[in-house]
Parts: sequence; structure tokens; C-alpha cells
Amino acid sequence: MEKLQELLNETWHFYKRTLILVARGSKLYYAWCISLMAIIAIGFLFYMRQHDLGLIATKMNDQVSWGLYIANFTYLVGAAAAAVLLVIPSYVYHFKPIKEIVVLGELFAASSIVMAILFVMVDLGRLDRFWHMLPLIGSMNFPQSLLAWDVLALNGYLFLNLLIPVYLLVKFYYRKEPNWKFILPFILVSIPMAVAIHTVTAFLYNGLPARPFWNASILAPRFLASAFCSGPAIIIIIFQIIRKVSVHHIEIEDSALFKISELIAYAMFLNLFLLSAEIFKEYYSQTVHIASFRYLFEGLHGHKELVPWIWSAMTMNVVAFIIFLIPQTRKRLTTLNLGCLLIIIGVWIEKGPGFVIPGFVPDPLGEIFEYFPNHLELMVSFGIWATGLLIFTLLMKVAIPIEAGEFSHVSYVERSFRREEEYQGWRQDSFKKW
Amino acid sequence: MQNKRYTRREFLRNASLAALGGLTIPVFSSCTKEEAEDFLQKHFREMTPEEKKRIIAKLEQRYLQKYGRKFQISTQEAVPDTFWAYGLELSRCIGCRRCVYACVKENNHSRHDPQLQWIRVLRLKRGNLINLENSEHYYDPDLVPEKGFIYLPVQCQQCQEPPCVKVCPVHATWQEPDGIVVVDYNWCIGCRYCIAACPYKGRVFNWAEPNIPKEEINPSVHYLGNRPRMKCAVEKCTFCIQRVRQGRYPACVEACPTGTRKFGNLLDPNSEMRYIIDRKRVFRLKEDLGTEPKFYYFFEA
Amino acid sequence: MFLLGVCFTSFANGAGEEFPVAPPPMTEGMFPCSNCHASMEVNRKKRELKEEHSQIKLHHAETMRWCLDCHDAKNRDKLRLYNGELINFTESYRLCGECHGPQYRDWKAGIHGKRVGYFTGPGKRIYYLCAHCHDPHEPKFKPLKPEPPPIKPKDS
Repeated sequence: MEKLQELLNETWHFYKRTLILVARGSKLYYAWCISLMAIIAIGFLFYMRQHDLGLIATKMNDQVSWGLYIANFTYLVGAAAAAVLLVIPSYVYHFKPIKEIVVLGELFAASSIVMAILFVMVDLGRLDRFWHMLPLIGSMNFPQSLLAWDVLALNGYLFLNLLIPVYLLVKFYYRKEPNWKFILPFILVSIPMAVAIHTVTAFLYNGLPARPFWNASILAPRFLASAFCSGPAIIIIIFQIIRKVSVHHIEIEDSALFKISELIAYAMFLNLFLLSAEIFKEYYSQTVHIASFRYLFEGLHGHKELVPWIWSAMTMNVVAFIIFLIPQTRKRLTTLNLGCLLIIIGVWIEKGPGFVIPGFVPDPLGEIFEYFPNHLELMVSFGIWATGLLIFTLLMKVAIPIEAGEFSHVSYVERSFRREEEYQGWRQDSFKKW
Repeated sequence: MQNKRYTRREFLRNASLAALGGLTIPVFSSCTKEEAEDFLQKHFREMTPEEKKRIIAKLEQRYLQKYGRKFQISTQEAVPDTFWAYGLELSRCIGCRRCVYACVKENNHSRHDPQLQWIRVLRLKRGNLINLENSEHYYDPDLVPEKGFIYLPVQCQQCQEPPCVKVCPVHATWQEPDGIVVVDYNWCIGCRYCIAACPYKGRVFNWAEPNIPKEEINPSVHYLGNRPRMKCAVEKCTFCIQRVRQGRYPACVEACPTGTRKFGNLLDPNSEMRYIIDRKRVFRLKEDLGTEPKFYYFFEA
Repeated sequence: MFLLGVCFTSFANGAGEEFPVAPPPMTEGMFPCSNCHASMEVNRKKRELKEEHSQIKLHHAETMRWCLDCHDAKNRDKLRLYNGELINFTESYRLCGECHGPQYRDWKAGIHGKRVGYFTGPGKRIYYLCAHCHDPHEPKFKPLKPEPPPIKPKDS
């Protein structure tokens, strides 16, 4: 009983301290959070309008029944899967510079998954019936429906990417050593899990014989290749921002960023190679199924809305690939950042609208409808992106001080007695031990 | 230590899902008792007969209020030893679209915003049948048939291996024992995966609350068929399940002025469909996709 | 009961089959034809009719056949089969079937033509006669005005 009392007290203290931590910050922090909350509020209001009217408030219709929301969902699942590119170097290869930041990368993956789930939720026509999807309580169509697999995989990955960083951070907070026997299996499982979530998302498009644009075996490898480009690119940019704005001393070394960018170079090569394989197959065989490709790259029967988008995406991808390929441009931060931005936008176009919309054009009965998201969809999408960024900011606001050793149980109790070197030494030992 | 971790994780998860929680608030805030009942309504196939009766009574009450007509909602099950199939004689279709509008009237479709039609008539240039990419959906001449064109009506093909049933994440759509693929409109979550999966564009979506003119309402309905739907649920041709289970022809068969459409029970050796399959040259659309449709197109002799 | 059943069906003398056909599509006031023709002389000369029935334009094998090849000369209330047998207008399909064999076979099975109502069980059903869709004097289908196309979704 006494132990329980003590536990509750500790918990409450901890809770209070983290609340204070996220509530206090620099002017920049406040400005950032408040503008994000404003965007979220606007997005929410637009979503309420969609909820009242029905999905007719969007520009989707029977011909193109998935649009901007699902496009963003696809992209974000890929970005989340990219955390594995941090996990493998840290825990399998013990690459020290990345080890410092792997926990933050996993929290990024968690925020990304939350955004992806939110996008699916706003896309559902009857969100109030979501409980029908729950296994056992509702009637989940497992294992036949790939959407059921996706729900399980995404939530499982979210759980892993909250469990692992939180466990490690709490252990750091209490200056206790993590029980690696407990947490390491979860970490190792998160590696195939990351590949699995994006493969399942690819399969949910892939398994539809009605849509020849998606019904290609190359889809799952392409998804993974493009995910491993875009996700780490976002991570590189985010970590540089963190390095710049964080008042705490967090070690984000350049070598960590350069190692990640090397991995991006490989992934982008694979992405471009798989793309050219697809293009060869379609343009050489010239079956009727080339229609969607034609719509995307050339325009079909005069409809050519996506053509400038996809060609700019292609250009961005190729330029970024070259930047990442050449060591001199890769190792210079300005060109590296340019390359990352190009990849983020290029892959978003290629994997989001440039993937979902041509699947519906032409539709199974040959009709062509050119979809372009309307104002409401854009506002809701911005709202969700802002939600993800806000969640990530709050998580970082707590995680970075813990990582840096400046927010901990010990520092609360014996603030004056711990010195920076002692803490760092303890951490080094801790990592070496396992 | 472990408990602290859980509470910490809980805190983080709460913070992360604050937005999600915020989204559900408006959904629950306007909750009346009726809406709570709707929310918890079971899947049709899991209901006991008493529960079905209760739901039917509730729906009848609701439709009476909304449309001012007394509805007869049937939940008649599949007749034993029936397996329905449809035949369409392509040499006779003149593209007049009377089947489309007969279906709209019989099945209580939304007339506008959105306009839902279960049958779509394609116009193809002579010399081309299988590649539907060159079809025209919005032809509007003064008189049909037009010279040099043939007409191909398409609706849900009631596949034996339905891709839509396979992909629905909540089992909201399934195949009945008599071969008709049906939707439980109260169970559908509106994810539209089935619309992406259908190779024949057989399924359409209620993008908003349907607009049905009161004077044109058809009050003899089936729960799984033509009862008035609600917004954001998927619907499709049900072979007029309210008619065929009583032994009546579907509305489109009766409406066609040229006798193009045929309907029958494949398990009855004397039925029209068996005659057609035995003696005419039948084909089905997109057979290479392995969906095994039960909609047979054929030509004279 | 049996007599009632008889009222709803018509007999096919030779074949012994019963088809629940709808009433033949006669012009208003025309039937029974014997009202006029019983007192008229029979003129078997093949000619264009000028005084009565002038609105009927014969476009049905008109080089090989004319009115009295199908309508019995002596009893205008009946149709005449090739072997001389006289049949009612409600059985006109037997006459059409003499030349149009494959369509007749298909019509009997329900494949050609139109049937409405119930296809199984005791419910009422109606089979359309050939004449309901094909005007026997001008059988070619007239083009119809189509119903409106679906509302085309607006491109962005």
C-alpha cells in the first residue's frame, strides 16, 4: 500500500515536471507551437464541415474515390518506415553517432504514424463506425483484407515506436540501466516491422486486379525504396533544426547525418532503377494498361493535369540523386540540405498524388476524371501535418533534455552534485555493456 | 520502475492522441439515445430474428417520419436452390437508358448531389468491344441507336470471386447463398476500398445524404437491397433482391423496351439463363481477372 | 378454378402449349374486324389500299406477301397459317414463327422478346406478343429518344 502511494506520488511529480517542461520555452518555441495550433484549429473546423456534409465536400467522386488524404497517408507510412535506417546502424552495427539520435528518430516515426492514422480517419466516410474495424469487438476481415492487416501493422509499429524510446528515456531519467534483455527483442522486431508496414501498405494497392497501374509486382520494392529516401531526408533536416534551436546540449554529429545521406543515395538509386524498369515494361510492351502511365507522363486524350507535377518530381529526384552520389556535395551541409528538400518534395509528388490518382485514371470503364484537391481537403491536410509536427515538437521538448541529461530524476533530487562528465561516462558504459 | 514507464508512456500517448480525441468529441457530443443505439447496432448477419424485427420496426418508423410513406421492409432470406444470373443480349441494346432510370426509381437512389446510378451504359464504336477505354458514357443524341455504335450496359456483375468482398475491412459486404453480393449499409465504414477493388465500377458511394423526392419513393424494400440509404455508405446493384426472392423479374429487365435483358436461376434447368448459356455464345467482361461474374453477355445465335 | 385459369391463358392448338400473353395491340375500335368485313366482298387482287387501312404501310416482305397471306380472306377475325389453319390474334406468334423459326424457338424459351411479372411461383406473369414490339406491317424498330446521360462530374 505504501509502495503504491509512493509510486503514485512519483508518477504525479514526473507528470507535473514534464508538463512544466513542455509549457516553458523560448519565444520561438511559443511562436511555433501557437502557429501550429492555429493551423490545427482551422483544419479541424474544415473537417467538421466535411463531417456534416459528407465527403461530397471534397473533390473525390465515384471515378476517383481516393485523393489527397490517402496520398498523404501513403507518403507518411513510408516516412515512418524510414526510422529503421537509424535503428539498424545503431543497434546492429553500433555506429556511435547515430546511436545518440536513434531515440529521437523513433519518436519521429511515431509522430509520422499518428499522422498517417489521422489521414485515414478523415478519409473514412463513417468515422463513428470505426469500432467495426476492431478485432473481436467489431468484425475485422482478417486475413483477407489488406486494410485489416494495415490497421494491425500500423498500430503495432506505433506501439513499438512509443514503447522503445519511452522505455529508454525513462530509464535515462532515473539514471537506471535499461534491461536490454527486455527491450532488445522489441528493438530487433521493429526492424522487420518497419519493412512490414510499408510492404502491407504497398500490398493493399497491389492486390487489386481492377487497377492495372497498381497491380504490378514491383510496387512493394518501389515503395520501400522511395520510403528509404524520403524518410531519412526529413530526419536529416529535422535534426539540423533541432541542433540549431535546442538549448540543451544534444550531440548530433555531422558524421551521423552523412552516414544517413549515404543510405539515401543507395535507396534513391534503387528507386530510380525500379522506376525505369516499370517504364520500360509499359512502354515497350505497349498494352492497353499503359493508359495510366500515359496519363501521368504524357496526358491522356488531352487531360494532362499531372504531367508538369510528375516531370518536376522526376527532375528533383534525379538532381537529388546526383547530389547524394557525389561525396563533395553530400558532405557539404548546404548542398545536402538542398538535396534533402528536393527528395522530400519529389518523392511526395511521386508517391502521393502521382501514385494514387493515376490508379483511378482511366477508371475501370474507361472514363477519365481529373482530380485536384479542393480548398477543404488542403486545409484538413495542413491541419493534420501541423498536428504531427506539434506532437513531434512536444515529444522532443521532453526527450531531448532527458537525452542530454539535463532533465532527470537525479538532477531533480541532487541537482548540484551531478556533473556533465559523470553523466556522459555513465552513458558510455551503459551502451558498451550490451 | 515498470509502472512508471507505463504511466509515462500513457502520458505521451495521451499527448499524441489529443488531436484524435478532439476529433471524436463532436461525434459523441450530439448523441441522442437513438444515435447511441445506431452506433451500437450489430452486423446484420449476427442479429437474432428478434433483433432484426426491432431494427426493422425502428427503420419503418424513421422512414415514415422522413418520407411520409409506410414502408414494408423485408429481410427475406435466400430461397433454397437458387443461384441467380443475368443475361444481356448485346445485339439488341439500343442505349436508351430506360433500364438506368427504372433502376433509379425502383431502388430509391439519390437523384442529385450526389446522383447515383447503378447501371451505366457505355457506347462503343463498332469494331471494338473489350477495350473500354474508348467508351463514351455521356452520349446524348436525339435518337438511339446511332449508326456505327454499339451499346454496353454495365452494372455490378455479382462475381463468384468478388474482389470487393475480399477487401472490405469490416465484412460489410458479403455474398449471399443465392449468389447476390450485398452490403449491410449500417455496417459500412465508408473507406471506399471496395470501390477501388471493383473492376466493373459496380459500386457507388453516397457522398452525402441522399436526395430522394418523396413522391417517387418505392416503399417495398429489402433491408439488404433498396431501402433508403444514408450518407457515406457504399451501395450497388442487388439484382433487385426485393423482387427476385419473391420470383419477380428485376426492374431493369421489365423496363427494357427491346427485351435485351434476361434473368434466371442457374440451378433450374428450365430457366431462361440455362437456355442462354447452353445455346448462345456467352461471354463475361474482364474474365481474365478471375472474378467469375454472373452477368452473361451474348449475341444472337 | 380451371375455367378461371383458362381465361388468363390462351391455347396453342397444335403445340398444346399455353402462354400468358398480354392482349394483342389492336388499334382502338378495330376488333372484331368482321363488323365491317362480314358484309364486304372479298377482293383477292394484290393492290395498294386506298379507301380504308390506308395508313398501314406494308414493309414486311411486301414483294412476296400481302395482306391476305396472313389475314384470312373469309374470316377477318382470324389469322391464317400456311396450312390453312385459322388462329386467333392472341396466338399470332405461331404465324410469325412459320417464317421466323429461330426467333420463335427463342421466344418460347423466353430469350427473345419480353416477359414481365413473376418468373417462378404462382404470381402473375405476362409474355409480350411479337406484335407488341414489332408492328407486323412495319416490324423494324423505330429509334427512341434516350434518357438523359448521367451528370458529368466537373473537372477541376
